[in-house]
Amino acid sequence: MTQVMAKTAPQATSAQAGDTLVEIRDLEKHFPLSGDFLEQLRFKGGKLVRRQEFVHAINGVDIDVRRGESLCVVGESGCGKSTVARMVMGLLHPTGGEIRYDGQRIDNLSPRQLLPYRRRMQMIFQNPYASLNPRMTIQQTLEEPLRFHHPDWKTPQIRDKVAEVMDSVGIDPEWGKRFGHEFSGGQRQRIAIARALAVDPEFIVADEPISALDVSIQAQVLNLLMDAQETHHLTYLFITHDLAVVEHFGTRVVVMYLGRVCEVAETRTLFSTPRHPYTQALLSAIPRLEDDRPDYIRLEGEVPTPVNLPSGCVFHGRCPHANERCRREVPQLIAAESTQVACHAVEEGRL
Amino acid sequence: MALLDVSNLDVRFALRQGEVKALRDVSFTLDRGERLGIVGESGAGKSVAAFTLLNLIAKPGYIAGGSIRFDGQELTTMKPRQLQQIRGNKISMIFQDPMMTLNPVLTIGEQMVECLKAHRRIRTRAAREIALNKLRQVPIPSPEKRLDQYPHELSGGMRQRIIIAIALLLDPDIIVADEPTTALDVTIQAEIMSLLLELCEKHNVALVLITHDLGVVSQVTQRTLVMYAGRVIEQGPTREIINDAQHPYTQGLINALPQMATPGSRLNQIPGAMPTLSRIPSGCAFHPRCSFAFNDDGSPRRDCREVIPGFVRSGNCDVACHMVRDLVENNSDARDPVEFQEAP
Repeated sequence: MTQVMAKTAPQATSAQAGDTLVEIRDLEKHFPLSGDFLEQLRFKGGKLVRRQEFVHAINGVDIDVRRGESLCVVGESGCGKSTVARMVMGLLHPTGGEIRYDGQRIDNLSPRQLLPYRRRMQMIFQNPYASLNPRMTIQQTLEEPLRFHHPDWKTPQIRDKVAEVMDSVGIDPEWGKRFGHEFSGGQRQRIAIARALAVDPEFIVADEPISALDVSIQAQVLNLLMDAQETHHLTYLFITHDLAVVEHFGTRVVVMYLGRVCEVAETRTLFSTPRHPYTQALLSAIPRLEDDRPDYIRLEGEVPTPVNLPSGCVFHGRCPHANERCRREVPQLIAAESTQVACHAVEEGRL
Repeated sequence: MALLDVSNLDVRFALRQGEVKALRDVSFTLDRGERLGIVGESGAGKSVAAFTLLNLIAKPGYIAGGSIRFDGQELTTMKPRQLQQIRGNKISMIFQDPMMTLNPVLTIGEQMVECLKAHRRIRTRAAREIALNKLRQVPIPSPEKRLDQYPHELSGGMRQRIIIAIALLLDPDIIVADEPTTALDVTIQAEIMSLLLELCEKHNVALVLITHDLGVVSQVTQRTLVMYAGRVIEQGPTREIINDAQHPYTQGLINALPQMATPGSRLNQIPGAMPTLSRIPSGCAFHPRCSFAFNDDGSPRRDCREVIPGFVRSGNCDVACHMVRDLVENNSDARDPVEFQEAP
């Protein structure tokens, strides 16, 4: 059944802005930690025992990406934000749950069936020094996705398209003959953006696209991403740890902690009235230029290891408002006024 | 007299392609207990400045001129043996990556004791006692246990705390911290920064904080030095620089921050990129990116292109910019804050 639908799906349905483009339901990803079968065997009490351990990177995540928005996913390192991005792109296979793109389930498709979706969704990676092939010229780098996704195009048509995208991201088409290493970080990231835009996608997953860049260059690349969104009607899934960027760039924000979603809200709501204790701590830790900010919220301890997840709410060990129920019961995302929060304290009205 | 007095420091790297001037004419002072921030983008020379303070510049780099006086002693010409008495002892350093700084094959305790024994005649047991004491100051839970652990057993934030404990081990006068929180998450960064601030205040230690993050600088430091392409272009009290920057580059840097713009609108970007140090533009190194390097009729200003600007006093800041100099000279009593405009 899925095969039939996949073949007809690529033509974008002319849906209005605001409806769900990507739907992530109950997503789980566990990475095996204990190696292959033989390495899992242990000799214990005179018997061979097989022991398996997993990194619980994602544990039941629900995210909706609406058409035309820039959904930002924030969290500290190890919270699973990049893993979500990679699973949406089909670069990793989920252990459980579903990912739907435009209503069509994509997480169980074969690579061939996924092909038409690959043209519609593109990815921009964090490190532009690693994401450009050092042995290809810029021209080749930008032509490759076009030749792959449009096998029927003739060379002049491809050349025209490449010149067009280079122009749109502010790279001189003359630079096409050069190699990636001849460019600065900001220019390389422009090239990576051009490569993503070349096949006219509608959905772009950007995994920390500006973290490796300098402040003045960050502004250039962010502006470029916002311009591209306007001209190409893009939807972004923007992964970042930089909350100042989120505040500026995102329409909605998903806050993640240890493979779970803590809070989902409109950007303005989240920054003015954060509900989840973790979000509050995170926001208070941003170094601001102002002199008179209140002291930041000190969190006890460190992020626990995702190998042995804490019981109940994953945040309870560091949460100043945790009680017995938090230690026992996993909180579900519930609507609290205009936001969605996964916190017992908010649900019970203690916070 | 200032605790540290750096004047006209020139650092060069003799490369096969020719000489690269990494630092040119860098001067600043640091008083006892003062906290100084050095800000700039990558390639501005801020890390080279930090390394030079401790004479850690390795070949092909060398100090081509200028002086560094610490407590009246000249560091640039000092013999390596003498310098060892100061390095780590009087001036200690915190590096960016805690995993690179700690030796992976020694326990935390061994590393701390080693450091104490290198500088003092002290028994191992007494050294361990001091180490334990310092670990308690940077609050690390169960410090006795940590002494016998290896760096890989600890998290990033914990490692950086241990580095701070090691930096404080010999009660230094100055701590030079080179991007100490860049590799850490925001919540851990906030913790480490407030810890560093607290300890420096408590022990009256001077801090040289090198960072690209203006937010961190404004939270921690009293004075700020802004660097561009190997030169200091503006220095003054941190609050004044953050609230009322004079140099077009500093203004651009601050205005480029997302928090300075209305959410959703375009950010004020600085066009172009920092020049590589082997090809620094003539005159003011910032002039190809500067929107003020033009005359009233729109033609490019000659002095910006040809003359390296000297420092002028504007308010409490020293600024190296021809445009600011003109402003200061034209209205010597009233200081006009320069409106920042988005570059075309």
